[in-house]
Amino acid sequence: MPFTFSIYDFTGFTQWIDATLRGACSPFWAVLWEMVIVGVLFLAFYAVVGLYLVYAERKVCAFIQNRVGPNRVGPYGFFQTIADLIKLLMKEIISIREADKLLFNLAPFIVIVTSFLALAAIPFAKGLHPIDLNIGVFYVMAISSMGVVGILLAGWSSNSKYSLLGAMRSGAQIISYELSVGMALVTMCVLAGSLQLSVIVEQQRDLWFIFKGHFPAVTAFIIYMIAATAETNRGPFDLAEAESELAAGFHTEYSGIKFAFFFLAEYMNMFIVASLAATVFLGGWMPFHIPGLESFNHVMDFIPPVLWYIGKTAFIILLMMWFKWTFPRLRIDQLLNLEWKFLLPISLVNILIMAFIVLMGWYIGL
Amino acid sequence: MTEEIIIKEAPEQEISINMGPQHPSTHGVLRLVLSLKGEMVQKVEPHCGYIHRGIEKMTESMTYQQIIHLTNRLDYLSAHMNNAAVCLAVEKALDIEVPERVKVIRTIIEELARIASHQLWWCSFGMDLGGLTCFFYGLRDREKILDIFEETTGSRLIQSYNCPGGLMADLHPDFQRKVKEFIVYFRKLLPEYDELLSGNIIMMERSKGIGVMTKEQAISYGMTGPSGRGSGFSCDVRKHHPYHAYDKVKFNEVLRTEGDTYARYMVRIDEMRESMNIIEQLIDNIPAGDFAVKMKPIIKLPEGEYYQRVEAARGEFGIYIISKGEKYPYRMKFRSPNFSNLSALDALTRGHKIADLVAIGGSLDYVIPDIDR
Amino acid sequence: MREIINYFKSIFFALKSLWTGMKVTGSYFFRPWTIITQQYPENRKTLKMFERTKGELVMPHNDKNEHQCTACGICQMNCPNGTIAITSLSIETPDGKKKKALDKYIYNLGMCTFCGLCVKVCPSDAIVFSNKFEHAVFNKNKLVKTLNKEGSTLKKGVE
Repeated sequence: MPFTFSIYDFTGFTQWIDATLRGACSPFWAVLWEMVIVGVLFLAFYAVVGLYLVYAERKVCAFIQNRVGPNRVGPYGFFQTIADLIKLLMKEIISIREADKLLFNLAPFIVIVTSFLALAAIPFAKGLHPIDLNIGVFYVMAISSMGVVGILLAGWSSNSKYSLLGAMRSGAQIISYELSVGMALVTMCVLAGSLQLSVIVEQQRDLWFIFKGHFPAVTAFIIYMIAATAETNRGPFDLAEAESELAAGFHTEYSGIKFAFFFLAEYMNMFIVASLAATVFLGGWMPFHIPGLESFNHVMDFIPPVLWYIGKTAFIILLMMWFKWTFPRLRIDQLLNLEWKFLLPISLVNILIMAFIVLMGWYIGL
Repeated sequence: MTEEIIIKEAPEQEISINMGPQHPSTHGVLRLVLSLKGEMVQKVEPHCGYIHRGIEKMTESMTYQQIIHLTNRLDYLSAHMNNAAVCLAVEKALDIEVPERVKVIRTIIEELARIASHQLWWCSFGMDLGGLTCFFYGLRDREKILDIFEETTGSRLIQSYNCPGGLMADLHPDFQRKVKEFIVYFRKLLPEYDELLSGNIIMMERSKGIGVMTKEQAISYGMTGPSGRGSGFSCDVRKHHPYHAYDKVKFNEVLRTEGDTYARYMVRIDEMRESMNIIEQLIDNIPAGDFAVKMKPIIKLPEGEYYQRVEAARGEFGIYIISKGEKYPYRMKFRSPNFSNLSALDALTRGHKIADLVAIGGSLDYVIPDIDR
Repeated sequence: MREIINYFKSIFFALKSLWTGMKVTGSYFFRPWTIITQQYPENRKTLKMFERTKGELVMPHNDKNEHQCTACGICQMNCPNGTIAITSLSIETPDGKKKKALDKYIYNLGMCTFCGLCVKVCPSDAIVFSNKFEHAVFNKNKLVKTLNKEGSTLKKGVE
C-alpha cells in the first residue's frame, strides 16, 4: 500500500502502518507490534504532557499573580520541570516501618494506571482514536472511579492519622462529585442519542453541543466544570492537600518518585477531564461551523482537527487553572453541602429539561 | 510542618494535637495545643515565649535614644507607632513642645505604616484561606509604601526615624509627590481587593458567623484595635486621647456590631480608606519649620511614673516608664495589644472546626514578637 | 414558593460574585506588561538605590587620603550594641599638647542594627551610611571591617 499521510485525516496513515505490518509478519505478531507502538507512544505522550502541564501551571499562576515565573532554566524556563524531575528522582525513598508495604507501594501505581487507561478512549483527531468503544462515556467514568481506590489505599497504608483523615475526606469528596459529573455527561448523551464518543463528535459537525442544546447544555457545562475540578482534587476543592491547614493529606508519607507519581497523576487527571469536556461539549476535533455560512465553514476547515482538539483542551485547562488561583478554599461540610443540595438536584432537573427539548426538537440548528 | 499526636485515653475520643511552633498559618512561632473531638475544637491553649528576647530587661541598661531601636522590633509592622510612644512619653515628661512640622510628619508616616500593615494582613489572610493570589497583589502594592519609606528614612521595615525631640532627618524633597501618587494609585486598586476577596461567596461563607465576640466579651478581654472595633467596642486612641496632629483632621472611627470574622475583616479594609483620607488632608499643608528640637546629649527623666498610649495597627500600645531620675529607666513595661487579642482565641474558637481556627487567627491578626517581647 | 426563589437567587448571587473575582485575576493574566519584577543579577549595572539607604557604615576619605575622625569616641558610647570599637594613640601636637589620634576604627557589620545614632551624634561628620547592600560573605570574620584606610591622616582644621 503506498505511503499516505494527511494531517487532516489520520486513517490513511494508520491503515498504511497496519498493512505494512501484516505484510511483514503473521497477524498475531502484527497486532502485537501495533500494541507495543501504541503503548510506547502513549507513555511518551503521558510523560511529556504531564511535565509540560506542570510548567504551564507555574507560568499561568505567575502571570495571574503579576510576576514572571520560572525563567532561568532554559529559554523562558522551559526545562524547569525536567530539573525538578531529576531532583525528585534523586531523593531518598523513606520507607515506614509500621506501614503495610505492599499497599503502600501499590497505591501510586493504581492512580497512574487508571488515568492511563482512561486516556485510551478519547478521540484525539480524525482517525486517531485508540479504542472506539460503543460505551465510550461509560468506560471513562468507570475507570476514573477506580482512582479513588488508589487514594484510599495511600491514606490507609501510611499508618498515620493525618494521612487517613486526608484520604477519607478526599474519598468522600470524589465519590460525591462523580455523581454530578455523570449526570452532566448523561445530559449531553441524551442530546446526542449515543454513548459512543466518535458518534458524539460526528454529531457536532453542524454546531457544537454547547450551542446546540442552549439552556440545559450551558447549565450542564457549568455543573460539569465545578464537579470536575472537585473530582480531581483541584482548585477551590483541594482541602485534602491543603498546605495551610493541618496535614498534607494522603500523600504526606510519600517521597521521591512515588510522590512524583501522585503529582503527575493529578495533572493527567485534569487533562483527561478537560479533554472529555472538550469532546462532549465543545465538539472534540470538529472545527467551529455555523450552519448556513458555507464560506466561513470552509475557512474553519483549513485548520487541522488536531489543532482544534489541542486548542479546546488547552482552553478548558486554562479555565481550571484560573479557578484554582482565584478562589479561597471551601471547608469539607460546605463542599458536601454544595454537591448534595445544589448540584445534584439541579442536574436531575436539567436532564428532564434536556429530554423534553430533544423530544420537541427545540434545539438550535438542525 | 511538624505535628505530634498524643492520643489521650478518653472515652469521648478526644484527641490532643499540636499546631507546633513551625506552621504556615500561625504567623510566627506560636504553639497552639488543640483538643479536638472529630473536627470540632473543644479547647485551644496558646503556648507563647518561643521568641522571648528580654527586651524589657534590656531597656534597663540603655538610654532613651537607644531604646528606640529596641521598640522597633516589638511589633515590626507598627514600628513607627512604637517609636512614637517612647518619644511622646519622654517629651511629655520633660515638657518639651515639638514643632508643628514634626507632629504632621509623624502623623503622615504613621498612617502610611498603618496602611502597609493592613496590606500585609490582607495578604496573609487571603493566603490562609487558600486564595494564593491575594498574597502577591497585597505585597506589590505595599512595595510602593516601602519605597517611600526607604527614600526618606533609609530603611524599609525598621525605620528608626523618631527620636526624642523630633525626627532624625528632614523629609526627602520627593516625599509629597510620591505620597500623592500612591494615594491616587491605591484608591483605584482598593475596590479590586473587595472584588477579589470580600465579595466572594466562598470567603463570605467561611467568615460570616464564625468566631463571634460580643461587645461585653471584647471589653472584658481587652481586645482593642480593629478586632475590638469589629464588635462595637469604641476604643480608638486617636479619637479618645488625641496625640500628634489627630485632633486637627476629620476622620471616622470604623465600628461594626456583628463581631464575627467578616466584621473584623471589613473594619480593616475601611480603616485603610480612612487612613488615606487623613493623609490627603495633611499632605498639602505640612508647615515649614525645624525637624527637631535641640536636646541635651544625655536625657534624664525626672523621678516618677509615666504612661503613654498610641494606636498601633493592631490595637492600643502602651508604654509605662518608672524613672528614678537617672539616664536609664528603672523599669519599662509595654502593654502589647496582641497579647490581649490572643487571649481571646480560646473563647472564639470553641465549637468551630479546624479550618475556622485558621480563619479566626487570621482575622485577629497577631504578630508573635509583640506577644513575647 | 419563596424558598425556591431564594434558592435560585442565592445561586445567581454566588455565580456573579465568582465571576467578578475571576475578572480581576483574568485582567492581570492578559496584561503581562504590568509585571514589576526586577531581574536582579542581570540589572546590576543600571540599578540605582536611594541615596539615604542604610547599607553599611563608611568613613569617607578625600583624594589626599584624609579622614575627619578625631577619635573622640562619642559614637562608641552611643552605639546600643557595642558595634564600634575605637583604638587611639596619644600624639604630641607642635604646641606641646597631648591629643588623641585615631589608630583603628573597627566596625562589626554583623552586629549593627542600623539605628543611625552614631552618624547623628558625630561632631565632625566623619562617618556616613553608604547605600552599598551586597554584603554576603562565607566567613563571619570578614564582616568585621576597619573603616580607616592605610596611612590616612586627619584632615587639617577638623577639631
